[in-house]
Amino acid sequence: MIKKSSSRIMFEVFNGVFMTALVAVTLYPLLYVMLASFSEPVRFISHKGFLLRPLGFSTVAYKRAFDHPMIASGFKNTFFIIIVGGALSVLLTSIGAYFMSRKNLMLRKPISFMIIFTMFFGGGLIPFYFAVRNFTIFIPWIVNGAFVFKALNIYNTLFAVIIPVCINTYNLIVLRTGFMSIPDSIEESAKIDGAGHLTVLFKIIMPLAKANIAVITLYYGVGYWNSWFNASIFLADNTLHPLQLVLRQILLINSADSSMIAGVDVSDRLAVGETIKYASIVIATVPILFVYPLLQKYFVKGVMVGAVKG
Amino acid sequence: MKAHLKLLSKDIKKNYSAYLLVLPVILFYAYFSYVPMYGAVIAFKDYSPALGIVKSPFVGLEHFRNFFSSVYFLRVLKNTINISLTGLLFGFPAPIILALLISELTKKWFARTVQTITYLPHFISLVVICGMISQFTTTGGIIQNIYAAVTGNTISMLNDPKLFVPIYVVSGIWQEVGWGSIIYLAALSAVDHELYEAATIDGAGRLKQIFAITLPSIMPTIVTLFILRLGSALNVGHEKIILLYNPMTYETSDVISSFVYRAGLQSFKYDYATAVGLFNSVINFAIVLSANYMSKKINNTSLW
Repeated sequence: MIKKSSSRIMFEVFNGVFMTALVAVTLYPLLYVMLASFSEPVRFISHKGFLLRPLGFSTVAYKRAFDHPMIASGFKNTFFIIIVGGALSVLLTSIGAYFMSRKNLMLRKPISFMIIFTMFFGGGLIPFYFAVRNFTIFIPWIVNGAFVFKALNIYNTLFAVIIPVCINTYNLIVLRTGFMSIPDSIEESAKIDGAGHLTVLFKIIMPLAKANIAVITLYYGVGYWNSWFNASIFLADNTLHPLQLVLRQILLINSADSSMIAGVDVSDRLAVGETIKYASIVIATVPILFVYPLLQKYFVKGVMVGAVKG
Repeated sequence: MKAHLKLLSKDIKKNYSAYLLVLPVILFYAYFSYVPMYGAVIAFKDYSPALGIVKSPFVGLEHFRNFFSSVYFLRVLKNTINISLTGLLFGFPAPIILALLISELTKKWFARTVQTITYLPHFISLVVICGMISQFTTTGGIIQNIYAAVTGNTISMLNDPKLFVPIYVVSGIWQEVGWGSIIYLAALSAVDHELYEAATIDGAGRLKQIFAITLPSIMPTIVTLFILRLGSALNVGHEKIILLYNPMTYETSDVISSFVYRAGLQSFKYDYATAVGLFNSVINFAIVLSANYMSKKINNTSLW
């Protein structure tokens, strides 16, 4: 054991204090939001400076926020987007990653190039907007007992915020790297047993790359949860708005939504409107905090895989 | 050539299930990436939705000329570079310093706690982050209270053009510094411990060890990430800008991408906005290519 020099001890003390301060700076804004959301609105709004506990205790902001129909529909839309979008994304990304990781396919290189090129060059926001506006899917439908394809333009449907972004090229590369690390011998022995590509992908590669699939599932999940911009340009109907877009409306566009503070004493409206904002932040962040331990475990792994070659 | 085609058709026949599987993926890229690349030709047209892309009359470089000669060109270019470089200057070293400090912590549980907590803001959505910024910096907000106590200035901070870039950059560091440190921590943990032991025996102090061993060991990681960042120097995303800016701060906050959004999707000057966006895409592409060239020269590693 080497004895520590006094300058070393000084450094360690400084470092410990600095790191503690960093933790405080990171956490305090979140804590403040929490404390503000439970405060009595009128006392909160006349208060200046830091909060260490809620000013009084009131859940009026939460009652108002939960009663707001847009928050409920926002949650519903967001969950639809995460579940349907997540499933579609993971499926297509797995297929793409599988294709890009097969060394024996002749078109692997040109198709991989076509995909990776899009990370570096694009037509821009406006042409993308037009492409989505003009995108029509054909759904099998039964009309009067006859089987027909029904044309559905995705503009102003939740598919407009799923399909156009359902493959993220960065995630694709992460997954391809994961698939490539599976030894070829496993696949070859399956092929000898007569397994086709479908079997190899779904029965062998995907189960073996469970951890990688988990990483990209979480990447997509968080991506869909956080996304708001495409919803703002492709969803005209506000009952379709996902939670983040509703939140933007409450926090950044309307200072106080009139329907949320209806029935509140006129003199208290401003105050209640403020604490509603804090309550909305809490409501929209708590779900992320619940899955955070899981996220942290897998995300860190994903950063490493992506860093190998990205 | 003919033999090649024969081989190809044999390959497709043999692996038809793989090609069939990947077809939706190819169609996805074709439609949502390559069709818009073609759609960018409206930058050279007097686009009218009634006539469509093909039939709209060709106007050459008129939209580009209009943009370059407008007052907006220099403003958005200056703001884009300013926001990007300020972010680089302060945002790039921050995670490196954090990683070095975390790796110096002697108590493992404390290091883990610092990591867990500093990663957290990365997962909070941009809308929530910007909502918090807006709440804290508006008149009566907690940060504004402190700012007013120091400067005597009581206006809402997001309405002050001088404060937009600091707010944008500081909040970005707050959100991403922990997350950004992960990759450096991984590089640090790969450094050979015998080097440190040898240095200690030779009497090198901790600070000397950092400069003689630690930094050189993680230099390739630093250089690669630095070049990657340089590659997106003119690529400031529109989302955070749109959430935070307002007409009072356009002189410092409006960047190329937010200008494209406003011109195209709010003022419906589709052709003009496409031209500005195309200008940005081409410049970005050129920067990425040069960054990759640099990376090959300096680091012997290509970014792709």
